[in-house]
Amino acid sequence: MLKIKDLHAAINGKEILRGIDLEVYPGEVHAIMGPNGSGKSTLASVLAGNPAFEVTKGEVFFNGKNLLEMSPEDRSCEGLFLSFQYPVEIPGVSMVNFMRTAVNEHRKYNHLDPLSATDFLRVMREKRAIVELDNKLASRSVNEGFSGGEKKRNEIFQMAMLEPKLSILDETDSGLDIDALRVVAGGVNLLKSKENATIVITHYQRLLDYIQPDFVHVLYKGRIVKSAGKELALELEEKGYDWIKKELGDIQ
Amino acid sequence: MKPEQTYIDLYKQYQAMLAQHAPGLMNRWRDKALQDFERLGFPSTSEENYLYSDISGKFAEEYGMNLRRLDFPINPYEVFRCDVPNLSTLLYFMVNDTFYAKQLRAISLPKGVFIGSIADFAMEYPEIAEKHYEVLAKTSNDGTTAFNTLFVQDAFVLYVPEDVVLDKAIQLVNILRSDVDLLVNRRFLVILEDRAEAKLLLCDHGMDRVKFLATQVTEVYLGKNALFDLYELEENTPRTTRLSSIYVDQQDSSRFSHNVITLNNGFTRNNLYISLKGERAEALAGGVAIADTEQHIDNFTWVNHEKANCHSNELYKYILDDKATGVFNGRIIVHPGAQKTEAYQTNRNLCLTKEAKMYSKPQLEIYADDVKCSHGLTTGQIDENALFYLRSRGISKEEALLLLKFAFTSDVLDRIHLEPLRDRLRLLIEKRLRDELSKCERCSVCNDN
Repeated sequence: MLKIKDLHAAINGKEILRGIDLEVYPGEVHAIMGPNGSGKSTLASVLAGNPAFEVTKGEVFFNGKNLLEMSPEDRSCEGLFLSFQYPVEIPGVSMVNFMRTAVNEHRKYNHLDPLSATDFLRVMREKRAIVELDNKLASRSVNEGFSGGEKKRNEIFQMAMLEPKLSILDETDSGLDIDALRVVAGGVNLLKSKENATIVITHYQRLLDYIQPDFVHVLYKGRIVKSAGKELALELEEKGYDWIKKELGDIQ
Repeated sequence: MKPEQTYIDLYKQYQAMLAQHAPGLMNRWRDKALQDFERLGFPSTSEENYLYSDISGKFAEEYGMNLRRLDFPINPYEVFRCDVPNLSTLLYFMVNDTFYAKQLRAISLPKGVFIGSIADFAMEYPEIAEKHYEVLAKTSNDGTTAFNTLFVQDAFVLYVPEDVVLDKAIQLVNILRSDVDLLVNRRFLVILEDRAEAKLLLCDHGMDRVKFLATQVTEVYLGKNALFDLYELEENTPRTTRLSSIYVDQQDSSRFSHNVITLNNGFTRNNLYISLKGERAEALAGGVAIADTEQHIDNFTWVNHEKANCHSNELYKYILDDKATGVFNGRIIVHPGAQKTEAYQTNRNLCLTKEAKMYSKPQLEIYADDVKCSHGLTTGQIDENALFYLRSRGISKEEALLLLKFAFTSDVLDRIHLEPLRDRLRLLIEKRLRDELSKCERCSVCNDN
């Protein structure tokens, strides 16, 4: 589904990703962990097509198509979804209008007619229930005045609406209390299937108690320096990242 | 010859004819207007309040004037078929600078209410007319107002006596219609006595591709506890110059709101002078200015807090594309003794290109010590983070930009109480931003052209 080869990326001339290789297949859940500043969020942004980052080397294929050549909107319509670490507040754009536009742009891309108003509202109601998002929030401006937890729920709600093939959850657990975490993780699990895949970017093991990864990768200084099964996450929780840094001492 | 002299000569030559086609009430003010105009001339960019809007230059161009009051071949009731849908209004027209009284439809109004031409008003209510006409407008302060008073021959009057509430909104469509370049002088007089209430929607509607210059002076008197909402929608052609001055006088506990939406224009200068002369009066002023190509929009506001416990709030937003120019100048003066004043002012602007220019100047002068006043001003570009967020959900760049521009205007629109008008304005603004509002879509004539 996703094939990343030797990916390098920079922001303002500073290289953040320095050769990422990763393959993700349908049905899989990958966790990407790593200390602060290792490039986790950059990887998510680059995959989603944030124009602030410049890809300096490497290639990424998404279902056989060259992802890096696509605009952010086409990546979304092809089935890629990024749950933002810091969802953006957009005063004046209502959630309903935002989601209806997004859903219909997806449908247009796939040569489908726009959803009728009634169908759209029905779908919206169903998906809202998945993350227990209040109807009041749905009628407000995008993320405006939402609490941290509400913003993250809203991300998963959008994910549910757009039914992506590959979801990248960037620090979705940050700023969540334990109840919100359970709701958000529950939503992600409910949306999981054999056909889609998830990349969970997180700093802590905590979220992985709820979303079981098949693989855990450690990102450090712009490279994946270690990959293993879910037991790696537990080891990191116990020992921190220092032992990996030490292990790497000689290769740097 | 300077343009001022041209018009002074013109006035002297046609003084008699002008007077012949205007009510005596208007004629009585011309001598003073002439003196003031001779002294002031047209405002130029060397004046602090007109730094970015060259009014004098606009008058240097040649225009015809209809001093003889010839009829323009138009029946606005036929041309202007659809007004704001679902908004049941009392509809009136002003063709160029004449109130359109022919075929005036029989509209039943509450007792004592007058809507119509000043000539009739001066006959029906001579004392009230005398007491109010040209009392607020300051020919001694502004050359354009002096010019308007010098040449004006008709006015639209809205008079609502004590305790009368007009439920239906009044809509006055100002049509500019001419085959030759034309200068018009419009005039509006609004008198709401104590506890009277009314809503007035003024639509500027340019129809022809010739050059227009419209000066307009509006005087608004609000008695105690009076309530008045004034909405202005400008849809003029790129070759139109609009120079408007509104003078508002508010007594105790009166409430006034003004919203000016500039959708299409050439060169626009809107002056708004509000005097809060009674206690606990409230004034809300707002505007949305959308400009591209080389359009020019200048909103100038002046709020005088003369008495205690008054509240004013201003919110102006500009979206400037291409080589458009926006100007906002907002002055708030809190006079000595005007304690417990609350005065807020916000001006936010989007410049979509490097060539688009915004000049903004908030000015607060506070001479009382127990007040709450603030002003906020930002000029910037589209928020890249918001743009990326929308695009990451599959929304194309064009559509995302549109959503963000549209959203930018939403808080001004939220302040419009008249729901059908608000919905209609949303639609018109969206069409304008999509560039689908070719000229105007509200009259059949334009669509046929």
